[in-house]
Amino acid sequence: MSMKFITREVNGVTILDLSGKITLGEGGLTLRDEVRSIVAKGSKKILLNLADVNYIDSSGLGELVSAFTAVKNAGGELKLLNLTKKVRDLLVITKLLTVFDVKDDETAAIAAFA
Amino acid sequence: MAKSADKVHSRNGWAPLTDSTANRTSLTLDSVLGSVEIVEETAEKFARNAGFDEDTASQIAMVSREAAVNAIVHGNKYDPTKRVNASFEITDKELTIQIADEGPGLDPEGIPDPLAPENILRSSGRGIFLMRAIMDEVHFRMLHPGTEIRLVKLRVQKEIHQ
Repeated sequence: MSMKFITREVNGVTILDLSGKITLGEGGLTLRDEVRSIVAKGSKKILLNLADVNYIDSSGLGELVSAFTAVKNAGGELKLLNLTKKVRDLLVITKLLTVFDVKDDETAAIAAFA
Repeated sequence: MAKSADKVHSRNGWAPLTDSTANRTSLTLDSVLGSVEIVEETAEKFARNAGFDEDTASQIAMVSREAAVNAIVHGNKYDPTKRVNASFEITDKELTIQIADEGPGLDPEGIPDPLAPENILRSSGRGIFLMRAIMDEVHFRMLHPGTEIRLVKLRVQKEIHQ
């Protein structure tokens, strides 16, 4: 199963509700394309809701990093919301948890954007 | 064409540990992304058969996937004339997964540390790091041509908890 996503906007923050796998191939490319498309449209506050992402590999981690840097380079902010244990474990191992701003509550996450 | 994985599976099956001949299988796979899924699924089944819990089996499957991706994408570069050999074995002490490609060869020492501040935002280069973090042993062997990665997870820790 590849990744699926729904995009919505709350108080000026674009939220991507992701589900499935973020891995090499279609899923990962979809995330990268979508985030770049959102940035190109002028949205600079992006929240990736990973509550239903049950699997990620090193390519998927790379996609998250690429999305983060693309948004940051455009002068925006990208945060992560609701990590599953599997995703959190890998972010800890790779020290990427120190890079991302990770939230567990959507309202608090939205309020945290500058 | 390479042997279909199904043929190999049916020859070796997924019998319980009591049958020693069922604790080993070898697959010869084409250099396509579909082979990655076969390696991943086979690794997960072997990990579960070896007694690892669901989370650990999932991690073992994930790093086996990483090794298969390396072999197919970076080693064989999707070359249809090149194959990937994958073998899986459970012994009393450990689970061993070997993935070999026919590519130009990989220098694992030449891969930058993905935890270094200058590399932390790189979009690639974490696969071998994850293998080392999750498995107990990771060995590389140059095949001239090709690279073989051997991933070992000890079963001893599991037995201590029982």
